[in-house]
Amino acid sequence: MSDTPYTIVIGLEVHVQLATQSKLFCGCSTQFGAGPNTQTCPICTGMPGTLPVMNRRAFELSLRTAVALNCQIAPFTKWDRKQYYYPDLPKGYQISQYDLPFSSDGYVEIADAKGRFKPKRVGIIRAHLEEDAGKSMHDEKAGQADSRIDLNRAGTPLLEIVSQPDMRSPAEAKAFLEELKLLLTYLGVSDCNMQEGSLRVDANVNLHLTDERGEKIATPIVEIKNMNSFRAVERALTYESARQYDVWQETRQKLGDVPKQTRGWDDTANVTHGQRHKEESSDYRYFPDPDLVPVTVAAEEVERVRAELGELPAQMRERLEKTYGINAYDSDVLVNQGRELVSYFVDVADTCGDGKVASNWVQQDVLRLLKELGTDIEAFPVRPWALADLLKKVKAGEVDTTRGREVFALMVSAGKSLEEAMQELGIEKVDESALVELCKQLIAANPKLVADVKAGKMQAAGAFVGQAKKANPNVNPARVREICLELIAAM
Amino acid sequence: MSLIEKSAKQLLADLSARSVSAVEVTEAYLTEIASHDAKVGAFLRVDAEGALAKARDIDQRRALNQPVGHLAGIPVAVKDILCSRGEVVTCASRILEHFAAPYDSTVVAKLKAADAVLIGRTNLDEFAMGGSTENSAFHVTHNPWDLSCFAGGSSGGSAASVAARMAPLAIGTDTGGSIRQPAGLCGITGLKPTYGHVSRYGVVAFASSLDQVGPMARTAEDAALLLETIAGHDPLDSTSVHSPVPPYSEWIEQPLEGLTIGLVREHFGPGLDEEVNAAVRDAIRIYESLGAKVKEVSLPHSKYAVATYYIIAPSEASSNLARYDGAHYGYRTDERDMLAELDAQRKALEAAGDKKAAAQLDTALVRMYRRSRSEGFGAEVKRRIMLGTYALSAGYYDAYYLKALKVRRLIRQDFDKAFEDVDLIAGPATAAPGYKIGERADDPLAMYLLDLYTVSANLAGIGGIVFPCGFSQAGLPIGLQLQAPPFEEDRLLRAAHMFQRATDWHTRRPALT
Ligand SMILES: [Zn+2]
Repeated sequence: MSDTPYTIVIGLEVHVQLATQSKLFCGCSTQFGAGPNTQTCPICTGMPGTLPVMNRRAFELSLRTAVALNCQIAPFTKWDRKQYYYPDLPKGYQISQYDLPFSSDGYVEIADAKGRFKPKRVGIIRAHLEEDAGKSMHDEKAGQADSRIDLNRAGTPLLEIVSQPDMRSPAEAKAFLEELKLLLTYLGVSDCNMQEGSLRVDANVNLHLTDERGEKIATPIVEIKNMNSFRAVERALTYESARQYDVWQETRQKLGDVPKQTRGWDDTANVTHGQRHKEESSDYRYFPDPDLVPVTVAAEEVERVRAELGELPAQMRERLEKTYGINAYDSDVLVNQGRELVSYFVDVADTCGDGKVASNWVQQDVLRLLKELGTDIEAFPVRPWALADLLKKVKAGEVDTTRGREVFALMVSAGKSLEEAMQELGIEKVDESALVELCKQLIAANPKLVADVKAGKMQAAGAFVGQAKKANPNVNPARVREICLELIAAM
Repeated sequence: MSLIEKSAKQLLADLSARSVSAVEVTEAYLTEIASHDAKVGAFLRVDAEGALAKARDIDQRRALNQPVGHLAGIPVAVKDILCSRGEVVTCASRILEHFAAPYDSTVVAKLKAADAVLIGRTNLDEFAMGGSTENSAFHVTHNPWDLSCFAGGSSGGSAASVAARMAPLAIGTDTGGSIRQPAGLCGITGLKPTYGHVSRYGVVAFASSLDQVGPMARTAEDAALLLETIAGHDPLDSTSVHSPVPPYSEWIEQPLEGLTIGLVREHFGPGLDEEVNAAVRDAIRIYESLGAKVKEVSLPHSKYAVATYYIIAPSEASSNLARYDGAHYGYRTDERDMLAELDAQRKALEAAGDKKAAAQLDTALVRMYRRSRSEGFGAEVKRRIMLGTYALSAGYYDAYYLKALKVRRLIRQDFDKAFEDVDLIAGPATAAPGYKIGERADDPLAMYLLDLYTVSANLAGIGGIVFPCGFSQAGLPIGLQLQAPPFEEDRLLRAAHMFQRATDWHTRRPALT
């Protein structure tokens, strides 16, 4: 972005709650919204003597994600204890991965259909599994500080994905998050619900700029927390880059002059604000957790996971563009709707034989009707081949687009078949000779219009179409126009 | 022979022949406890009512010819560090003085399933940290052979309960010798199984990579009975190993043929008490008379074992004990006092105009943690938490913890190499036959050397057994230790049984009046 005197440098840390039925080291449910401490057991509450046992499913989901993020998978991976005191951390340490994460060195490709930035690759430093902490609730009514702890969340499996500081604008950061979320959704590894905390984003931001003496400098890194939507991330980064530039002009503080600061995002006030430093020191005294055996991952297992990934969004977009001749914007819209909608589109396009028409109908009509019905594509009453049959008729000129929409609406709302819907609307194919006959009558009855056409006023031909439709709503407007022009030309 | 003189094996035979009832057995042991435990101090709590109820239930089932478990009617004393559902588990610490465990440890669950009669909870050094049971927050356990001496530790309560005939069987835990050393000092048979052979689930952790639960009994036969009840893979403990559990007590009668016993050169150096040296050498001669060959082996890194142990164990302990913070369970400081004190300090500093010091005061939360832990833990536990915290802190991790892990690997390799030449390693269990209570309490380093002969087995993860092989002039038992390669508990038990068939040291009983 050349309209600012600096380059913003952004790295993201994303915590993804994995879609497992149970917690990372015990059998407790991870369902959101249950009463406080109803989803706990001696293990996740850190009772004396309890031991963690790894949830295989959580590891498989994170392995699937790491492979999809093009990461290297470590053949041997261990668990570490990250030690700090906090009331919502029952054991006094969090089980995480420190120096040997199970995956590292991956990337995500991002692009912008609106062209705000060039397609690029954002590096993934690492992705590792860890357990979540509980939740502290502070009730300070009547001047009495009362703190309560809910440990339902304690032990929930989190995949922490750390990107390289490769993003250079808030738009890139947003695109990265959207692409990541789409990928996670395609993989089925998380529901990615930000409101319920299934996806949490922290951003590390600073600026690179050139000072008056032409020296390249970097401003101190700030970590932004509590962003509850991708839009909030984008706005927080925009705000923060401007704020850092102001601070730089005022203080001239460079990277290394002050310790890394943590700031929270206030979505209502639209500002970031400094946060109190955590109580504990930053020496987490990591060491390998002696209660958990290391996990070994064979190369064959990685290959099996890779083979089972299925087509991912980036490949899918490419295939749609190549096979169906649609543009990047359209493929993006379709792919963003998820695997099921794409396969619906593919069935429609394959059956009707026209990718562009299928794309238009799916994007405009199907998506609109899905929204109106409040349903998803799997429950959509019109199966792809039925829509394709309709599109074939539209293409063949048996039904015009406007009437086609009426047919489609009836198929959706009343569950009618294509034939039933057409019958109900009285749509039947008009015989070519009858059509020619009708055109001859209209030409005979409208000498003024004929003269206008001959004089080159082509819009006069439209009037013939209007009159033809009035005489018979089933006529194909394009064909009427063609026949009329041919007949007049031959006069 | 009175009931309490009989081994668990004999009692089981009598019980199944119905020549004696479980209630009679339980009552006999409860009577011994009532007569002697005020002096010995082996138990923290005795569950007479619960034990008798269980005994009655077993008798009833036997009378109705209903199936009963492997240890039906045999009293077992359990170290107060294993969780038992609904029962207080103190770990001999103030911080857990009133903590009732909400679940059963796997070992306790197995004992219950085997219909053992859980007679009481035995004393230990706080959180199993110590070698004398002097570090219990509640009382010291006395050695039944000489009440002025300590019983060893940390499973001193379990060892003393068996030695004093207050229980035929007991459960101990061994992190650096905590089963074998008190077994040696109290003249009983104690076995530390291979790491991972017995589940640690529900055993309050001291040092996770070293802790192992094991049987304590008067004879190897009885230890075999108890081990086969508690051993085996546990899905709740990911470090527990899928290794078969042989019928140890059935196989124990078969003597070991062509046995080669290794003597560790480094075990017989200066510092070894002359009486212990003589008793151990006599014991080796008995094995020779039974057909064993003796070979000298070397464990060159064993001289680093104690130092290595005192890095690894406190490091893990500092982490394992972090959960006792007053927030979730166990002891919490008086918060009203604490807040009042904090408030007074802040006001005093503000009045003195020292805003900086006032700003640096603890938050209430930090003060609550600090005071709860300061008041709840004893001196030895605090010492080890500090050692461990230091060893794991940034900047020291590589020099201490990581280095210790490397030495640990070398110690294991020494054993692997030695076991290429010999079937068993034999040697002293402790350097001396016992110490007076309080004699070394002010010298933690001297106390740490008590683990000299036992600690390597924990670092290497291998099994070891200790049983009596003589007595000192002063009348204190002397223990022989045998060590075997991983998962060769069968070899240890059969070798110990061979010795016990040829000798009668294990049948002697302290004269408690
Ligand atoms: Zn749980």
